[in-house]
Amino acid sequence: MIRRTAILSALVAAVGTVACAQQLLINAAGATFPYPMYSKWFDEFHKKFPNVSINYQSIGSGGGIQQVTAATVDFGASDGPMTDMQIKAFQDKRGAAILHFPTVMGAVVPTYNIPGVSGSINFTGEALAGIFLGKITKWNDPQIATANPGVKLPSSNIVVVHRAEGSGTTYIWADYLSKVSKEWEMKVGRANSVTWPVGLAGKGNEGVSGSIQQTANSIGYVELIYAIQNKMTYGKVRNAAGEFIQASLASVTAAAAGMKDMPEDFRVSISNAPGKGVYPISSFTWLLIPSKIADPAKKKAIKDFLAWMLADGQKMTPALSYAPLPQVVLAKEVKAIDKIQ
Amino acid sequence: MSVTAPTAFETRSSGRGSAFWQRLRSGDDIAYVITLTCAMTILAITALLVFELFTNSSVARRQFGWSFLTSNVWDPTGERFGALPFIYGTVVTSTLALLMGIPLGVGAAIFLAELAPTKISNALTFLIELLAAVPSVIYGLLGIFVLIPMLKAAEPFLRGLLGWTPLFSGPFYGQSLFAAGVVLTVMIIPFIISISREVILAVPTEQRDGALALGATRWETTWNVVLPFAKKGIMGSIFLALARALGETMAVTMVIGNQPEIHTSLFAPGYSMAAVIANEFAEATGELYQHTLIELALVLFGLTIVINGLARLLVLSTTRRGAG
Amino acid sequence: MRLTLRRKIVNYVMLSLTGICTLFAVGMLLFILGYLFINGGRSLTWDFFTQLPKPVGETGGGMANALLGSAKLLLVATCIGVPIGFLAGVYLAEFGGSKFSFVVRYTTDLLNGVPSIVIGIFAYTVLVLPQKHFSTLSGGVALGIMMIPIATRSSEDFLRAVPLSLREGAMALGASKARTILTVVIPAAKAGLLTGIMLNLARVAGETAPLLFTSFSNRYWSPGWNQPTAALPVMIYTYAISPYADWKQQAWSAGFVLLMLVLAINVFARMVLSKRGHVVR
Repeated sequence: MIRRTAILSALVAAVGTVACAQQLLINAAGATFPYPMYSKWFDEFHKKFPNVSINYQSIGSGGGIQQVTAATVDFGASDGPMTDMQIKAFQDKRGAAILHFPTVMGAVVPTYNIPGVSGSINFTGEALAGIFLGKITKWNDPQIATANPGVKLPSSNIVVVHRAEGSGTTYIWADYLSKVSKEWEMKVGRANSVTWPVGLAGKGNEGVSGSIQQTANSIGYVELIYAIQNKMTYGKVRNAAGEFIQASLASVTAAAAGMKDMPEDFRVSISNAPGKGVYPISSFTWLLIPSKIADPAKKKAIKDFLAWMLADGQKMTPALSYAPLPQVVLAKEVKAIDKIQ
Repeated sequence: MSVTAPTAFETRSSGRGSAFWQRLRSGDDIAYVITLTCAMTILAITALLVFELFTNSSVARRQFGWSFLTSNVWDPTGERFGALPFIYGTVVTSTLALLMGIPLGVGAAIFLAELAPTKISNALTFLIELLAAVPSVIYGLLGIFVLIPMLKAAEPFLRGLLGWTPLFSGPFYGQSLFAAGVVLTVMIIPFIISISREVILAVPTEQRDGALALGATRWETTWNVVLPFAKKGIMGSIFLALARALGETMAVTMVIGNQPEIHTSLFAPGYSMAAVIANEFAEATGELYQHTLIELALVLFGLTIVINGLARLLVLSTTRRGAG
Repeated sequence: MRLTLRRKIVNYVMLSLTGICTLFAVGMLLFILGYLFINGGRSLTWDFFTQLPKPVGETGGGMANALLGSAKLLLVATCIGVPIGFLAGVYLAEFGGSKFSFVVRYTTDLLNGVPSIVIGIFAYTVLVLPQKHFSTLSGGVALGIMMIPIATRSSEDFLRAVPLSLREGAMALGASKARTILTVVIPAAKAGLLTGIMLNLARVAGETAPLLFTSFSNRYWSPGWNQPTAALPVMIYTYAISPYADWKQQAWSAGFVLLMLVLAINVFARMVLSKRGHVVR
């Protein structure tokens, strides 16, 4: 028996060491917001370049920032752009700059599980702020009901679900709420990690969706594709022009349409953008790539991926309801790839 | 059975020439050195562990001092951290687990040690000890998809029975301190049963016979004579189970709700020390945040050390070297 | 004392209650086994064992990389935990002096009680951060550290259980201490030692927390030993808390596979041991 175990162990060791000996494995971690898109992209990229595997783990934007700063992953991803302090911390620690590369635009939707309500209900910005501040506690509260004439809302208590960890999706949500509610801006503010006045916590967009599915009368905020893929109901949000808009490819694309120019470092917020047909809780999401990559093979692979992403990758976004980058951004970004040394 | 090494082999010769080589060839010293090194490695690893925990929490310890343990603010953006919500959650869920687990565990141990015929007792104990081998993440899996729906269905009943106490008031979302407590109960029962059974079996039959001869019923004998005799060992098993419950991570984080707040109601969500470390460590940006989480690990470490130490003291003094 | 009705009733009720407690405990195990079989075992497909995970939201795929990853992690853990634990156990059983042995035993128990997440953090600060990457190696080291205390205790117990007469016989024939240990004591304790290793393995096979920050996870095969790797318990966790029905189904299947593995090793080991002595917790 000992001999058999030894042979088996040797086999495992051999397979483990030899398997994919030619494989270039690039590790990345970060946002759960674009995870469905990224996992599809990395899969397609792997099919095109079979010797490159990009292992992306969705641990939340906060995790992406932390791990890329600690250099335990080759690049990160976040939907909340890094703050100046975090950029400086990266610079101090790694001796190089961190570059933001926008990849897609997505929407954060208020998704809910209300027994008896199977359609999309309307939310004003103030109503959402009130719910997440814990001031609006029942579904049939007038602030929600007035926007939804004809919909029978129950009198049950609202169960709020938010993120447990540092999240770019949280940033986008909090950023929007800060713009529509002074009280929110003062009490909670905008960041990857906020102090939530109320609610249960789920891990990742995945965990929040899962929690909402399991909990009646709950509401949370997730990226659009999570609600769609899991057939969850999500609401319309009132935009700056006063219309109640449902998140979609068109309404998210419209959010960036008014953008005249993109800053050099690509950090910008498009939430609550003015204009008709705009979905107000839209955002870019970024890959965080160090400007200096030591390993030449990895550097080439990452640059190849970026080029591919900006060309072929963009064509795949509509299928997953993410909006492709606007032209003005694409052109600028292709040039920015050269900044990676 | 205790075997002490014969002292003849511990003597050292003067190490002259051929005697030295002869000893080397016999391999005794090499064996001694190698095994001693491995024993020392254990000490080294443990020392390094404590050292790393200590130094990597220095920023947080300096910043917060002892108030860390009493503050209940958890604000990553404002960089203000307090451990109280997590200590509360850990203590409450573990206490709940003990309150439910001790009667069940000791009860089963009594049955297995006193009442069941030996063959059945051994077979059932074998099965129960397998419960201890079930991985934590599987308890979590069952917790999410089986226990929480069951608790939600049982909620009206619980509320009707105990809703007048502040412990069972307030809304119930499934994920709660109570759910975590129940999962922990099932996880610690095998430890309590297994050790308590051994301890009860070790109680000398003369004690039982004496009580029975005086006309006591089986139960009276067990309750008034056997259990007090086995008290220390059973206490030891309880401490061991407690130490296990304190450090449980996966099963707890999957059902506790992950909310860093203190509520009196068991129906409310909460957070435990191990759970918050698992959830927030990978993304703790900034040195203070990381050091704070490691300080939590240090607190958890300290707690389990103390409890385990007590447990071993109590258990060892009753099972291995005879009862009492 | 006269045996009143009240005392008889109390006796009967309390003893029945203890029987119910036992039923509860045993029932729990059967319930867990049954539930996992129904939800995970029945829908186990060949794909599960051979395919890599599919992109998010697409159904299908499997956990082949997690199975290999767990095997590699356990291999590393065994290579670290077993030698150190076993040899330390030999020291305690054969060479132990009183004070130092007491310290070693106490420290071993201390290490045993450390929560697995704390060991994960230790491995992160000592291996992952300086090396600047997650790896199978650091995950294996974390698991190995968890294996050491149990390996030490069980080795010591089984070595001590070898009768004094065997040792004395060998030494009377002129064998040195080391020779006695190697050729007489260890072979005599062989069954116990091996089953101790198996039980140890079964215990760490299910650990998740220490892997979260050491071996991280991987959607592909993990080349060599220095890259992050998928592991079965971590996949169960990730998939179980997700909203995707297909992922949740895979979590059940993985849970079933893991449980079967762990229980099979436990049952086998304990059956062998029950013929020879007690089991170390």
